[in-house]
Amino acid sequence: MTQNAEHILDHSELFRGDEYQQMLANKKALFENPHDPAEVDRIREWSKTPEYREKNFAREALTVNPAKACQPLGAVFAALGFERTLPFVHGSQGCVAYYRSHLSRHFKEPTSCVSSSMTEDAAVFGGLNNLTDGLANSYNMYKPKMIAVATTCMAEVIGDDLNAFIKTSKEKGSVPADYDVPFAHTPAFVGSHVTGYDNTLKGILEHFWDGKAGTAPKLQRKANNTINFIGGFDGYTVGNMREIKRIFELMGIGYTILADNSDVFDTPTDGEFRMYDGGTTLKDAANAVHAKATISMQQYCTEKTLAFVKGHDQEVVAFNHPLGVGATDDFLMTLSRITNKAIPNALERERGRLVDAMADSSAHVHGKKFAVYGDPDLCYGLAAFLLELGAEPTHVLSTNGGKAWQQKMQALFASSPFGKNCRAFPGKDLWHMRSLLFTEPVDFLIGNTYGKYLERDTGTPLIRIGFPIFDRHHHHRYPVWGYQGSMNVLVKILDKIFDEIDRKTSSVGKTDYSFDIIR
Amino acid sequence: MSRATTQSVAEIKARNKQLIDEVLKVYPEKTAKRRAKHLSVHEAGRSDCGVKSNIKSIPGVMTIRGCAYAGSKGVVWGPIKDMIHISHGPVGCGQYSWGSRRNYYVGTTGIDTFVTLQFTSDFQEKDIVFGGDKKVTKLIDELQELFPLNRGITIQSECPIGLIGDDIEAVSREKSKEYGGKTIVPVRCEGFRGVSQSLGHHIANDAVRDWIFDKSAPEASSKFEPTPYDVAIIGDYNIGGDAWSSRILLEEMGLRVIAQWSGDGSLAELEATPKAKLNILHCYRSMNYISRHMEEKFGIPWCEYNFFGPSKIAESLRKIASFFDDKIKEGAERVIAKYQPLVDAVTAKYLPRLEGKTVMLFVGGLRPRHVIGAYEDLGMDVVGTGYEFGHNDDYQRTAQHYVKDGTLIYDDVTGYEFERFVEKIRPDLVGSGIKEKYVFQKMGVPFRQMHSWDYSGPYHGYDGFAIFARDMDMAINSPIWGKTTAPWKDAPRPSLMAAE
Repeated sequence: MTQNAEHILDHSELFRGDEYQQMLANKKALFENPHDPAEVDRIREWSKTPEYREKNFAREALTVNPAKACQPLGAVFAALGFERTLPFVHGSQGCVAYYRSHLSRHFKEPTSCVSSSMTEDAAVFGGLNNLTDGLANSYNMYKPKMIAVATTCMAEVIGDDLNAFIKTSKEKGSVPADYDVPFAHTPAFVGSHVTGYDNTLKGILEHFWDGKAGTAPKLQRKANNTINFIGGFDGYTVGNMREIKRIFELMGIGYTILADNSDVFDTPTDGEFRMYDGGTTLKDAANAVHAKATISMQQYCTEKTLAFVKGHDQEVVAFNHPLGVGATDDFLMTLSRITNKAIPNALERERGRLVDAMADSSAHVHGKKFAVYGDPDLCYGLAAFLLELGAEPTHVLSTNGGKAWQQKMQALFASSPFGKNCRAFPGKDLWHMRSLLFTEPVDFLIGNTYGKYLERDTGTPLIRIGFPIFDRHHHHRYPVWGYQGSMNVLVKILDKIFDEIDRKTSSVGKTDYSFDIIR
Repeated sequence: MSRATTQSVAEIKARNKQLIDEVLKVYPEKTAKRRAKHLSVHEAGRSDCGVKSNIKSIPGVMTIRGCAYAGSKGVVWGPIKDMIHISHGPVGCGQYSWGSRRNYYVGTTGIDTFVTLQFTSDFQEKDIVFGGDKKVTKLIDELQELFPLNRGITIQSECPIGLIGDDIEAVSREKSKEYGGKTIVPVRCEGFRGVSQSLGHHIANDAVRDWIFDKSAPEASSKFEPTPYDVAIIGDYNIGGDAWSSRILLEEMGLRVIAQWSGDGSLAELEATPKAKLNILHCYRSMNYISRHMEEKFGIPWCEYNFFGPSKIAESLRKIASFFDDKIKEGAERVIAKYQPLVDAVTAKYLPRLEGKTVMLFVGGLRPRHVIGAYEDLGMDVVGTGYEFGHNDDYQRTAQHYVKDGTLIYDDVTGYEFERFVEKIRPDLVGSGIKEKYVFQKMGVPFRQMHSWDYSGPYHGYDGFAIFARDMDMAINSPIWGKTTAPWKDAPRPSLMAAE
């Protein structure tokens, strides 16, 4: 018997015992109709070859291990950034169970969201009754200040019209006529979670600025000196939003963060469950129309939103998840230009400290090759930072990146001598990345939790930066934006580099002459 | 410490009834009427728990339920390791269910085993407009080229498939013929079908019946000689290795397990199952359909069992053995005796730490009843339970074999109800899912995920019971629960007594 009450063995140890190993071997041999092990090895080796890569890249219909999710996930993420707002997704209910689980697995926090629970009859007759009843129930049970509606692909395929349905629901008295129910159509078969973020944020701003779907006068813009800030879909929202606020306060900037979900994804454990916490107030969301400018940290999360804001006579500026010295400089100088506020000494010192850290450590990063995947803006920001460190972002892959993103990435590579051998891969997935890592190996991989499968298969050490991070805790609490955030990214990269050197030199009497105590 | 332990049954019943009345007040009238049928206080002697079940969830209430796709791809089919399961439709469904269920398996992932890969047709707008049959046809060719060792393919339909009129059955037949009779299974598990995961289980069971049993020639891939002691494990998804810590007991008692459904299962095992002498069924909810079918068609009897906690394990081993000769009956006794020292040691260590603690559950499948015995083996008391997607036969089993008089019962509980119930009852532990975990921990209530075993496990079998006991102890007796209130907040007020 393997198990022991004094030292209880987990799955990771329990099944390594002889009894279990024998049992599993018998199961395989007798009942699983296994392939010849030599054939399995042959195919495994073949899957590492350029020939396999060519077939792999010729795929047209099949997607394997994509690095993107669907629109409504981004919709829920954005909606949660408003004061006492309940995201309501119109369509099948299983989707909502998935969004809630997915976000909770990353943030280790509750995710409140409801569904209109449409089933077969709604597929035939439309989901109006579901929406009407659903709004009434949510309103009574969860006392939200606003319900932000998005759609699943089911509601989109049958063509439910949210604008008309919400109007009718209000006429039927499900919620008060003047109650805020902004909406966005978020079909899962268009774009990705970043598109859903964009559509939802635009839907909410449109609601407040352009007359609440014809039920109120449009707001008249009276320009002031504040700026609006949009983070985009961001797994580091908790740390990042707080860092950004700190920077704004250091600069003395009047600001409104739109879709600020940093508190609702970081509530304390003190005996009380806060279903709602923090968030952009509805008043601030409305008043944001008067701002001088709107700044987005992630261009590809906010294309429609920024176009809408620009249409309201604001200056709009989009960054690509700025990371590192140069990108943060640009970000701060843009803030300074728009607001006429000087960049304070405190931030200049932080900049100097980041440069100091990079100078101290660059010898370990310089010339290293990286593969990077993730959302398009994150990829851009990481690649730019790596180039600044003298590293080579050899393969940069974004499943939800398009042609424009590819061109932008290639322009970035062309701007640096370290970008010479680098290439961007739009619309590709992690099975493509597997072929890249086998046929053109790199030193490190940067990506989300799913990168661990690539790490296992190809031996490329994974640095976890991205969304989702399920298998490491609390990374989302630390910023990756600003000079201090970039410092966190640098340390993550360096820790893995040093761990790898130690791992490769720790063999006693064989390699441990290089097992240095000082690096 | 729970208040429930100091109350009489009559008091508990009165409190629970009052709690139900209180939560119903929040709803609009129509909704309150509907929800009232799903909430009850168990009366000893009743044949069921007094609730309606397997009914549509109410819009907007924050149901915990999932969908038919989750029941088919996520639960039944997904763990079959040597087949490729295509999430057919937009990207999300496959993405959110990718690798999250912890169906353990052994194999070379991506080469001859495919459980933790996410295969999808990643529908775009043009696929909705023009249909997806051509895409999935081509996709199957690409799978055959890039993953040549796959033993079969399933097409797991997401919502749009059934709405745009695709004919995945025709595609499956055509491609199967083209690839020499290859097993290709279309599954109509669109998420809008039915009221929960449950219909997805049923549809998935039916797909095995129609596209595996009815298609495969007898003896197709199973090369073993039958014995009188062949059994199949049905309805164990090998979460954290559950099926393995179960299988080992069955083999130690002299039985031979010829198939696992579906954790660490293979197509060959599915095909060979009609050779079993007995199907033993753990998750009744998700796989009773195929068990009944095999009984009718192949004359294979089936029996339910419960491998959570030593009392139920021993009872189950004897029940399973009763279908066989003395050799197996003696084997069951030998296994029970063999593990008794482990059970005694685990109980001696943990019972004193857990005795009298109260638990509230809300889970799916078999667990709202099946785990009760394991808690009771540790001296704990389940004071509330409910099914995410149970049917009346689940509630009958619960009432007749598991719950105590006065237990609070909540079917398809809403987020609001569950919070209020836990807030008022203050159990020592809540066992539910990832969506509930952080809600209750914020409230200062210890919690274990009872779908994924909170990334631990196995919990089945004697080896699993040790882990279960340790996990419940570490949840309840973690020192962190003494720190949820800041000391300056709960400092005792200066007392007048001090002046004496």
